Amino acid sequence: MTQALEPLIYDMSVAGRTGALLPALDVPESPLPKDLLRTTLDLPEVSELQVMRHFVRLSHLNHSIDTGFYPLGSCTMKYNPKVNEDAARLPGFAQLHPRTDDEGAQGALALMYQLQTWLGEISGFQAVSLAPAAGAQGEFAGILMIRKYHLDRGDTKRTKILVPNSAHGTNPATVSMAGFEAVELPSDQNGDVDLEALRAACDDTIAGMMITVPSTLGLFEGHILDVIKAVHDCGGLMYMDGANMNALMGVVKPGELGFDVMHYNLHKTFSTPHGGGGPGSGPVGVNDKLKPFLPGPVVEIVDAGNDEEPPLYGLKMPEKSIGRLKAFYGNFGMHVRAYTYIGIHGDTGIKDITRYAVLNANYIRVKLRDTYRVPYDRICAHEFVLEGHFEDVENVHALDISKRLMDYGIHPPTNYFPLIVPEALMIEPTETEDKATLDEFIDVMKKIAAEAHQDADLLRTAPHTAPVKRLDEVRAAKQLVLCCRPLPEWAAGD
Amino acid sequence: MMMSYIPHTDAERQQMLSAVGVTTIEDLFEAVPASHRFPKLDLPAPLSEMEMMAELQAMAEADEHAGDFAVFRGAGAYHHFIPSAVNHILLRSEFYTAYTPYQPEVSQGTLQAIFEYQSMMSSLTGMDAANASHYDGATSLAEAVTVAIDAGRGKRNKIILSPAINPQYREVVRTYHQGQDTKFVGDGGQADIADLVDMLDGDTAMLAVAYPNFFGQIDDLKGLAEKVHTAGALLVVVVNPMALGLFKSPGEFGADIVVGEGQPLGIPLSYGGPYLGFFCTKMKHVRRIAGRIVGETLDEDGKRAFVMTLRPREQDIRREKASSNICTNQGLMALSACVYLSLMGKNGIKQVATLNYHKAHYAADQINALAGYTVDRAKPFFNEFMVKCPKSVAEINDHLIQKGIVGGYDLGQDYPHLQNTMLVAVTETNNREEIDALVAELKEIAS
Repeated sequence: MTQALEPLIYDMSVAGRTGALLPALDVPESPLPKDLLRTTLDLPEVSELQVMRHFVRLSHLNHSIDTGFYPLGSCTMKYNPKVNEDAARLPGFAQLHPRTDDEGAQGALALMYQLQTWLGEISGFQAVSLAPAAGAQGEFAGILMIRKYHLDRGDTKRTKILVPNSAHGTNPATVSMAGFEAVELPSDQNGDVDLEALRAACDDTIAGMMITVPSTLGLFEGHILDVIKAVHDCGGLMYMDGANMNALMGVVKPGELGFDVMHYNLHKTFSTPHGGGGPGSGPVGVNDKLKPFLPGPVVEIVDAGNDEEPPLYGLKMPEKSIGRLKAFYGNFGMHVRAYTYIGIHGDTGIKDITRYAVLNANYIRVKLRDTYRVPYDRICAHEFVLEGHFEDVENVHALDISKRLMDYGIHPPTNYFPLIVPEALMIEPTETEDKATLDEFIDVMKKIAAEAHQDADLLRTAPHTAPVKRLDEVRAAKQLVLCCRPLPEWAAGD
Repeated sequence: MMMSYIPHTDAERQQMLSAVGVTTIEDLFEAVPASHRFPKLDLPAPLSEMEMMAELQAMAEADEHAGDFAVFRGAGAYHHFIPSAVNHILLRSEFYTAYTPYQPEVSQGTLQAIFEYQSMMSSLTGMDAANASHYDGATSLAEAVTVAIDAGRGKRNKIILSPAINPQYREVVRTYHQGQDTKFVGDGGQADIADLVDMLDGDTAMLAVAYPNFFGQIDDLKGLAEKVHTAGALLVVVVNPMALGLFKSPGEFGADIVVGEGQPLGIPLSYGGPYLGFFCTKMKHVRRIAGRIVGETLDEDGKRAFVMTLRPREQDIRREKASSNICTNQGLMALSACVYLSLMGKNGIKQVATLNYHKAHYAADQINALAGYTVDRAKPFFNEFMVKCPKSVAEINDHLIQKGIVGGYDLGQDYPHLQNTMLVAVTETNNREEIDALVAELKEIAS
C-alpha cells in the first residue's frame, strides 16, 4: 500500500454525511423534469470537522511567504498585508453583484477609477484599464492594441513583434496568440538587447517590440532609449512587460522613457497574494495614441459633480476597444487590495519600496559574488542572477542547490530562467525582508556551496526534510492520473 | 519613520550601503538615464491602516450589496450561501501567500487541493479530466475554441455558437481570436439547437451550447453530440455548475469539453472577480488543453505525491509554440470551490440545487399569476426565468431598489427581441418572505 502524507478528501467519505446544512424548503415543491435529472453524483460526504482538519493539514505541507523567505526572482514575493484581505472582504465590495447598476456601485467604481489614476501616475501613462485578469492577459491586451492601432491606420504589413531571447515565456506565447510572428533578438555580452541586431531587424514589417525593464537578468538596460528610438523610427510601438516594476517606482516612469503600453502585475509589485497560482490582476497602461483601443470596460467620470455632489462614475467601453477580455470588469477583489496597498504607502512609501528592494538585492549580490559566479556583476536592480554550479565540482546543478535550500526552510530562487544564463538562479528578496533574513540566506548559500565541495550527494539527494522527496515527474506524465474518481456507470461503455 | 512593511532601520541601511560600496541609496540607480531619473510621484501622503480602513468602509457602504438588499439578479453571477469554513481555509496564509507550485516538494498542500478540485469538477461535469483553472467561464470558452481548432489540425476554422450563451462570453471569444482566421457563426439571431445543427459542415471545428442557457432554460441535449461528431466537430457545453447538482451532466450527453463559471461554488460576488473558469475534457484532448494540470505520482521513497504535469504544453517551455500564454490563473478560487464542494458534498449540492429549483419555480408561478406579467414556460428551467413585463425593466428596477430589492436583469440590453423582458434569478438565499415581497412590489408597479 503506497504511503501518503494526507488522505484524499474522497477517502474520508462516509455515505450520508454532509458538512453544511441549509434551511428547509419554505415554498411548495414544483414538478421536476424526471428524464433530465442525474442519477449519480460523485462528491465527498464528510463533516465540517473533517474538512477543516484535512485542509489545515494540507496547508502545513506548503511553504509560503508567511512561513519563510521566498526569494523567487521575477515573482516579487513580498509580504501580503493582512489589511488588504479585510478590505476585499468588506460587504460593500465582496457582496456587490457585478450586474448592479452603476448608480448602485459608486464605491467600487470610485475605487477602480482612483486605482486607474494611481497606476497611470506611477508609470507615466495617460490611461489605464483594470480589465486583464493576470499579467499574461495584460500582455495579450497590449499586443492586440498594437495590432489594432496599425490596422486602424490602414497598415497591414506589420506582421512581426521583436522579443529578446531573455524574455519570459508568456511574451512569445502572447505574440503567437495575437497572430504575429515572434522574432527573437540576441543579447550582448552585458546582458542587454543587442542593439546591432535590433537595428538590423527594424523595418516596416515590425509592429512593435516587447521588452522587460529592468531586464529579466535584473539589470537596467544601458541603452533603453536607443532601443525605443530604433523601434519607433521604423514605425513600431514599444510594449513594456511590467513584471519588474518593483525596481522602477519613483525611479523612472516607463511612459516618460517612451513606452506606448505596459502591463502591471498587481500580484507582484502591488502585494496582492499569489494564492498558489492566482488570482492575479494585470492592468494595462497606455499613452494617448493607444487609449481608444484599451480593453474594456474602463471606469470614467460620467458627471463631474460639484462642491456638494461627488463625481458620478460609470463603466464605458472605449470607442475602438480591442474588446472584452473576460466577463465583467477584471479581478475586482485584487483591485481593492492594490488600492489599499498604494493608499497606505502613499508617495513616500511607494518610492521606498523600490529603493529598499534594490538595496536588498545588491546586498545579497555583493555578499555571494565570491562564492557563486555572478555573470553580470554590476549594480543590479531588484533581483540578480547567479550560476548554480561550481567549476571544481562535477554534476552539481542549480536544481540540486534549490532542493537543498528547502532543507534550510528557504524557498528556492527561480530556476533556469532566463535561458541565457547556464544553471541560472534568479534571486529577488523584495523590500519587506530584513537584514537578518538576508544574512541568514547568505550564510545558507555559503554553507551549501561548502557542502557541494565536501559532500555533494547531500545536494543531489535533497530535499531531506521537506514533506516529500524529489518526485518522479516522468511517471506523472506517462501514467497520467489527473482524477481520483472512477468513471460513472453511464460511461462504462466508453 | 518608514511604514511597517519595510523593516530597515537607519543603521541597517548604512551598513548595507557600505557593504554594496555606495554612499546613498540613490547611487544604486546610475544606470537609469539621468534625464528621466527620480520623477515626481503625484500620489497622496501615506495613511495609517486605521485611516485607510475608515476610508474604505465609507466607500463600500455606498454600494447596493447583497448584505443590505434582496438580490434577484443573476445573468452570469449568483448570490449563493457560502459556508463560513470556506473563508477560514482561504485565510490560511500557507495557502494564499504561497506561489505557483513549481517546487512540488514544498507545495503538496496546494497540489493535492488542486488535484481534489480537478477530481470533483470531472465528476460533476461527467468528464475525464480538468485543468487547474482559467480566469473565468468566458475565457475558458475562448480556450476551448483553440483546442477545437487544434483538434481539427487547423483545417477547420468555423465555430458555431448558440445565441443563448452569455453575451459577454461570446464577446470574449471574439476578442481572443481576433488575430486568427477563425469564423464565428450562429449567434446573430435567435437560432435554436436544431438551427445550429443545420449549420454543421466540413469546416466546423466546434459547436457550443449553454446548459442552462443565459435565459435559465435547460435544453435536452440528447442526440446532439452524435450529430456534432458525425460532422467531425467537437461539442462544447457551457454550464452553471450549480445546476449539475440536479441535472444530468454534459458528459452523459457526450460532450467533448465542458467549461463554465465556478463562481456559484463558494466564491463571493465581489463585483465580478476574481472568479473561476473551469475547463473539463475527455482524456483524448488533454494534451491539447491550456492551463496547469496536476497529476499524481510517487516520490523517491514511494510516497504518493502530486506535481504539475504535461508541462511542455505551457508557455515557459513552448514559448511561441504554446497554445496559450496563460501563467497565473485563479488557483485560490479553485481551492475555494474544492472546499465548498467538500463541505456541501454529494448531499448538500443536491439540496442546494433543489432549493434553487423550487424557489425559482414558486417565484415564477406567483409572478406569472400577476396581471401584466408573463413568465416564459416554453422549456424547463433551473434557477432563472424570463418575465415579459408591463413596463420597462429599468423603470421596474428603479422602483424595486427603493424597496430594498435588486430586481432581475434587463435582457433587452443584449437581445433586441427581448424588450421589457426581465431575467429573474432566485437562489437558496431568497426566503419565502423576500420572494413574496418581490411579487407584491411587481403587482404594485403594474397597477
